[in-house]
Amino acid sequence: MSERQRQAGARPDHRLIAEMVAPGSRLLDIGCGDGALLELLAREKEVDGRGIEISQEGVNASVRRGLSVIQGDAETDLAHYPDAAFDYVVLSQTLPAIRDPRGVLLELLRIGRSAIVSIPNFGHWRNRLHLLTRGRMPAPLGSSELWYETPQIRPCTIKDFVMLCRELGIAIERRTQLDSRGRVRRFTGTGRFANLFGEQAVFLLSASRAGPGASRPDRR
Amino acid sequence: MIAMPESTAAAVHEGAGLSVELGGEAPLELDCGVSLGPFTLAYQTYGTLNRDRSNAVLLCHALTGDQFVRGPHPLTGRAGWWELMVGPGKPFDTDRYFVICSNALGGCMGTTGPKEINPATGRPWGLDFPVITIRDMVKAQAMLLDHLGIEQLFCVSGGSMGGMQALQWVASFPERCYTALPIACAAKHSAQNIALNEVGRQAIMADPDWRAGRYQEHGVNPVGGLAVARMAAHITYLSESALQRKFGRALQDRSNVTYGFDADFQVESYLRHQGQSFVERFDANSYLYITRAIDYFDLAAEYDGVLANAFRGVDTRFCVISFTSDWLYPTAENRAIVRALAAVAANVSFVEVVSDKGHDAFLLDEPDMFETLRGFLSGAAARRGFGGP
Repeated sequence: MSERQRQAGARPDHRLIAEMVAPGSRLLDIGCGDGALLELLAREKEVDGRGIEISQEGVNASVRRGLSVIQGDAETDLAHYPDAAFDYVVLSQTLPAIRDPRGVLLELLRIGRSAIVSIPNFGHWRNRLHLLTRGRMPAPLGSSELWYETPQIRPCTIKDFVMLCRELGIAIERRTQLDSRGRVRRFTGTGRFANLFGEQAVFLLSASRAGPGASRPDRR
Repeated sequence: MIAMPESTAAAVHEGAGLSVELGGEAPLELDCGVSLGPFTLAYQTYGTLNRDRSNAVLLCHALTGDQFVRGPHPLTGRAGWWELMVGPGKPFDTDRYFVICSNALGGCMGTTGPKEINPATGRPWGLDFPVITIRDMVKAQAMLLDHLGIEQLFCVSGGSMGGMQALQWVASFPERCYTALPIACAAKHSAQNIALNEVGRQAIMADPDWRAGRYQEHGVNPVGGLAVARMAAHITYLSESALQRKFGRALQDRSNVTYGFDADFQVESYLRHQGQSFVERFDANSYLYITRAIDYFDLAAEYDGVLANAFRGVDTRFCVISFTSDWLYPTAENRAIVRALAAVAANVSFVEVVSDKGHDAFLLDEPDMFETLRGFLSGAAARRGFGGP
């Protein structure tokens, strides 16, 4: 977190995640970066937090802050955690960097009673316009990385994500979008408006009673 | 930072050259079935125990270490093995923590071991000394803590064999370990590592001066064998790239090879020096016993072969550290510990420090390791309610 962000308070998506978390709960933050979210949750929600982070710098920064973070890879290391080990498992802005988002989503809801997933929305109107007018891949929001540099190998839209949850039988308890000014709005369904104007979305998920495969993949 | 309150109890235990006789009333029941007692444990302390007795840190030394974490060492006059890590303002800050280190059972710096006198015979123990284990070492340390009146350690830490002891501490006495910081270690000794230890032991036993372990009574010392054991082991503490960087093929005080078996190469000269200086401070039989204890270490074996069971229900906060170039206790071994801890949703941090210095990196100036330790310890100290930021 930059000094300016620190002064201005936490990142808006972190703030949104913090609002969803019950005080004193057990939480695992996957792809926790430098631990900014875990620190916020420990400070404001007295959360018993753990983190997994792939980059050495991120892990070192987190552990220096006194946070419990291990160096690891979400795609291989979640398998070592027992069922329902956490009240919440958080995947913040990391989903597009994962090779097997479906597998990881199911793992989140195996080891956590709830999952909180935030995604950058590739369906934002600026991306659509960029692609339409320039015919080139837009850089992920907030970065200038070109398509061959970005770790976001699987960009998706809000609608894509909602439909994947349906396919996997994952219940969306709460869906919220953040626009470019950091304004927060709830939305319903696949969020036609949210999918156009939301820069990012934060979802609170739980395993649906219907179970996975309750609905057919919808590729429209 | 809150100033450490003075403790009258601590003053008694502070200082150099301390030792205590333990197991007089209830002997130490060793894993091999022998009851040992009374026995002597030699130890050092640094810093001051606070009034709550909540700031004690137990540091466990490695194979050839001893209780002299800080120097000057009484035999060599040199710095202690963790001088960089322990002291005022250091990661194990003696202005905040009360640091204890005892000479391991079977050692040769004052703790009962094979070179001490067996009260039953009046002669040095030699190979009559019972074979000890990492768990025996830990039980002996627990008796020392009882003697010092310390119920719970704020932290138990160490590298290599010291890390094994830290793991064993949590498994055996979970409620006595608020945090554990095992560094560059493994939950079991691998076949390769047993093999390397066996080379060292055979070098000692092949020395004619070893005399079936009774060299003291014959007034000799198997220094040749012990030096070779140390030389072989020392290579395993380094890394290929560190050896290359430090020595390459550079020659020692000469411009050409001599077509003989003198130490032509700098690396040979360096190893010979390592071997020779080691024999001045270490006992050959202790080397046999302590390497054996390490070989026997397999924490999961005590728990139906499932390492995670050793940590089930444990509240201890862990920080595991490994080094990229350590091939003796590689990151994979350390990660196995982390995975076992994750499997019981234990509170664990894990950092792999990038270093080309091999296993010995844990003894050296590694800023990433220092920063990790500082952060972990400060965070835990604040939770424990003392000296927090």
